[in-house]
Amino acid sequence: MTVDGDASGHVPTRRRSSIVASPSVWLVYAFVLFFLALIGGIFFTVLFSSFASTWFGGWLPDGYTTRWYRFSVDEFSLWRVLRVTLIVAASVVVLSLLIGVPAAYVLARRNFRGKNAVFLLLLLPIMVPPITYGIPLATMLYEYGLAGRLTGVILANLAPAFPFVIVIMIPFIEQIDPNLERSARMLGASPFRVFTRVLLPLAIPGILAAGLLVLVRTIAMFELTFLTAGATTQTLVVSLYYAAFAAGIRPTQSIDAMAVIYMSTTTVLLLLALRFINPVQMVSRVKQ
Amino acid sequence: MRRDRIGLLLLCPALLLVLALFVYPLFYGLRLSLQPRAGGLFTNYTDFFGDARERETIVNTLRLALPATLINLALAIPLAYRMRRRIWGQRLITGMFVLPMTLGTVLLAQGMLSFFGPRGWFNKTLLLLGISEEPIRLVHNATGVVISLSIAEFPVVFLLLLGFVSGIDPTLERAAQMLGAGAWQRFYRIILPLMIPGIATAFALSFVATFAVLPSAVMLGQPAGETRVIALAAWQAAYERFDYSAGAAIAIIMAGIQLLVLGLVLGGRSRLYRGPATGGKG
Repeated sequence: MTVDGDASGHVPTRRRSSIVASPSVWLVYAFVLFFLALIGGIFFTVLFSSFASTWFGGWLPDGYTTRWYRFSVDEFSLWRVLRVTLIVAASVVVLSLLIGVPAAYVLARRNFRGKNAVFLLLLLPIMVPPITYGIPLATMLYEYGLAGRLTGVILANLAPAFPFVIVIMIPFIEQIDPNLERSARMLGASPFRVFTRVLLPLAIPGILAAGLLVLVRTIAMFELTFLTAGATTQTLVVSLYYAAFAAGIRPTQSIDAMAVIYMSTTTVLLLLALRFINPVQMVSRVKQ
Repeated sequence: MRRDRIGLLLLCPALLLVLALFVYPLFYGLRLSLQPRAGGLFTNYTDFFGDARERETIVNTLRLALPATLINLALAIPLAYRMRRRIWGQRLITGMFVLPMTLGTVLLAQGMLSFFGPRGWFNKTLLLLGISEEPIRLVHNATGVVISLSIAEFPVVFLLLLGFVSGIDPTLERAAQMLGAGAWQRFYRIILPLMIPGIATAFALSFVATFAVLPSAVMLGQPAGETRVIALAAWQAAYERFDYSAGAAIAIIMAGIQLLVLGLVLGGRSRLYRGPATGGKG
């Protein structure tokens, strides 16, 4: 940029620097390809295996069948597991948005004493690994008779979910010009109308992104569900773990069929979420 | 002002919930851990450190968490450094690194069992390329767990560092270049020192996350042997022996180690240079 419009004598310097830079770019691409090959390899191993009649040591399965999908529907009571997963995930998304969005609004717009302490407190459930606080949390929920039931699973999953909504929503709300709210208020709109007519429409992309990410994270949340779920309140990922844990009994292909169902759900949701949010935002906002 | 108070009320549900679902359980767990089934106040803790098999879980976990964290940093630092400038397909690449996050550790472990197994595609490729004479054992041992932790945590470390590096003012580097610093010198003398706080944060968070490893250590490792991690010890105490008090004690010990590392790294970080490296971002 700075060299643009300079004397032609500078041009070779720029060319040389671009040639020097290119090996590092190729290294980046090589690494990215390697990483992609690992992830792709893992993904396609599971996918091929789920459709394999048998697969003994060859590059590809010996034959193909859809039998394992029917098998895993019966064997793992898949419909019930899917229904539980859906109920838990939907409740967590709705509740964490209801609680998180107003809190994010306050944290984005207002200054008050102790704001940093409040923010840090809300960050902790995201930063501390779930298994660390999950065991005391689950024990407490058992004490109150909530664990093992849907309520307990939803409550446990809510613990990291609504702080996550807050963290995602703050930058989105900061981007909305406060003058818009002020003018709406000046023109006589009630706070409720300002919220529904001005803030909400402008914040929709952020709310969608936060909702989808919480949905994905809840479906993928193993630890908290594992610690609080009873036999009839397992979500997909916990039931996948138990199936894989007792792998000797059932054919690998049936577990892989379940894994494919799980994987396709989360991947589609994540691709949707990525349309609204830049991945760098997802972590760097959380962890500064 | 009245309106301000009403505004702050919007924060209350979130605050109450974090107190009920995070702060209270931690204190509840702490109190519970001090009420053992038998013996005095600290019996659970003295039992844990007195029993070699239990005590060893800390070492086992460190043997998984530290290598995985260091591998990720070693790979993510140069990559983030290069990616701070635009390269073709940047958005696609960062998007791709998020994929393992959705797969989740359980699925990753299930897929890795076959993929890295003795007859999986990875070993087949190694044999085909003549890199190895016979299949390498990559699952059902600590190596498998370290690989799975690296794959699962790399995106977080990388995206965190990328966010940090893109905040470093590019004019600093251009000034160094103008003063005759080579590419390596610019990285080593300018960027790396400015990245240290970001690296420290990434190290601390990645370590804390990997120290809590559970599903992959059970599925990909030897949960009865070298990968019996501290989280598994806590789970077994609470859910297999139904000794919630001992389980809570081990969870508290785990949290203590995580807090210790966080405190050391972030405390050390605050003593380093914290001047303006950012060019008015945000």
